[in-house]
Amino acid sequence: MTTASLSTPGASTAASTASRDVGATAPQTAEPLLSIRGLEKRFSLSGDFLEQLKFKGGKLVREQKHVHAINGVDLDIQRGEALCVVGESGCGKSTVARTVMGLITPSAGEIRYDGERIDDRSTKELLPFRRRMQMIFQNPYASLNPRMTIQQTLEEPIRLHHPDWSPAKVKDKVAEVMNAVGIAPDWGARYGHEFSGGQRQRIAIARALAVDPEFIVADEPISALDVSIQAQVLNLLMEAQQQRNLTYLFITHDLAVVEHFGTRVAVMYLGRVCEVAPTATLFATPRHPYTQALMSAIPRLEDDRPQHIRLQGEVPTPVNLPSGCVFHGRCPHANARCREEVPALIATDQGGQVACHGVEEGRL
Amino acid sequence: MTTSTPTAASSSTASRWERFRDSYLLYSFKRDPIAQVSLAVFILLVAMALLAPWLAPMNPYDLAQIDILASELPPFWVDGSDPAYLMGTDAQGRDLLSTILYGLRVSLIIGFGAVAMQATLGVCFGLLAGYLGGRVDAFLMRMADIQLSFSTLMVAIVVGALFKAIFGGATFSTYAVPLLVLIIGLAEWPQYARTVRASVLAEKGKEYVDAARVMGLSSRRIMFRHILPNTLSPIFVISTVQVANAIISEAALSFLGLGMPETQPSLGSLIKSGFDYIQSGSWWITLIPGLVLVVLVLVINLLGDWLRDVLNPRLYKG
Repeated sequence: MTTASLSTPGASTAASTASRDVGATAPQTAEPLLSIRGLEKRFSLSGDFLEQLKFKGGKLVREQKHVHAINGVDLDIQRGEALCVVGESGCGKSTVARTVMGLITPSAGEIRYDGERIDDRSTKELLPFRRRMQMIFQNPYASLNPRMTIQQTLEEPIRLHHPDWSPAKVKDKVAEVMNAVGIAPDWGARYGHEFSGGQRQRIAIARALAVDPEFIVADEPISALDVSIQAQVLNLLMEAQQQRNLTYLFITHDLAVVEHFGTRVAVMYLGRVCEVAPTATLFATPRHPYTQALMSAIPRLEDDRPQHIRLQGEVPTPVNLPSGCVFHGRCPHANARCREEVPALIATDQGGQVACHGVEEGRL
Repeated sequence: MTTSTPTAASSSTASRWERFRDSYLLYSFKRDPIAQVSLAVFILLVAMALLAPWLAPMNPYDLAQIDILASELPPFWVDGSDPAYLMGTDAQGRDLLSTILYGLRVSLIIGFGAVAMQATLGVCFGLLAGYLGGRVDAFLMRMADIQLSFSTLMVAIVVGALFKAIFGGATFSTYAVPLLVLIIGLAEWPQYARTVRASVLAEKGKEYVDAARVMGLSSRRIMFRHILPNTLSPIFVISTVQVANAIISEAALSFLGLGMPETQPSLGSLIKSGFDYIQSGSWWITLIPGLVLVVLVLVINLLGDWLRDVLNPRLYKG
């Protein structure tokens, strides 16, 4: 896939149109903090070598099947912005997050952080980057080690990245981050299971903040929480962003959260980015047919006669990807070119990018 | 949420002992008479074994104290017994009670030593196989499979016979205890490796492990500091069963003549040495150490059963 330049037009429009103009601090021509190019990840379905051997027509052949979790994702994240990635289950948004953090090695493509390539480094070589990028996980019930106290959990990253700090200084830092997330520091001697889900997620955020990162990947950080707690945690994340000048890659499937939180939004479908745009632009004028259908599905209070765009069929299986545009089978505007040629992301006049032949040709 | 209540502060400072006192472990122990009796008997046996040099009427390792004329005396409740020898004497004139106490000590040392050896090997291999996966996993687990396809006793016999052939009988007798620990330890590590690997695979998928990786911790630290503490309960449970197994294996090896030498008998070799005289009416030389062995293994197994039910009711039932 050809790489479209995403870096420039988005940021400035984001600053002027988004509800929060954190993006204004990012100059228009600045190099992106994180850039993802042609990222692909396949997971093998066929087990080990012996299980791949099959008899076919009297011959022994090696057969491999793959799930194409992400196929050719290009994304740029500017300093200070909160880029939300949305999409339905199984579209590869979590895989993108985990690949960025080095938890999964990509099958192809490259990831650059602050200009330096990070996807092919070993654990040791990644260490300096670990301090700058951290991750918050979806399930606060599983993301804290049940055998460690909160104090131990929070001290561990600090000790690892600042081996020269005195114990008193480490303690002070732990107290600072605990206060920052609204957990009293004298609760440090307790274990994770003694806290509620919202409190645990705050502790997980404190752990991410403990090494003073500049970039945080949040993989659906509020979807496991009660609705009443979601807003608290979301506000905490926004507060932390303002105070610490953080950049977020925020994975979610909740469009209300996106509207509230995101500077820009990337919409994913079947392992590809189909549209990237500043939040307000995307919500006002979605360009990609899939985004349009997605936006029309948001229930609204004033709707007594909703005009949902009904998509035909199901999401195709990521094992056998459709040719051409991954969306062509369900797209009402698809033509012969869509069935054959993979659309590249092209810049729109509204400051976003969209991967659609129809938009490129001016049909839509 | 931001301020701690007084109760929260007090419970957060609870000591290890207080936490143990409130734990489910102690609660269920208090309600289980079998576990209580088993633990009491086990502690009694261990204490007797440890205090053998002080408790035993004579030292069976000291040839000067052995009187060959006093051989094959029956225990005190049988006619013709000598009150100096409470449980009678064996064929060499050693006081059976003293010999059993010393033998119990040898059996327990070998049992716990072998389990420590198995656990070290098994936990390391299991952690590596489970955490690293791929080829390391395939290699280690195939090794375990191969070893499990032989009976553990057979492996122990082969290794024991090899040692004896290479180093000679005299060297074997001198280093019998560490050698038996090594043999039984090598023969049974796959049990641990498999259990640990299974728990590691379950733990590895949890997000706290991902969090530790994102933090930049080394694989070794993640394995030992994060995953291992969360797999301790199954390890603990199989350890009790394995101690009993190791003691039995040692007894079996000794019975076959590949274990402890006659001069420093364990329970197993004592049973074996008495077996030759059972036809001539000296049943006590075999039966009394045999009973002690049965009681020891039984209480350890009963404790293991209780522990299994308390710690892991789902994983190990059925």
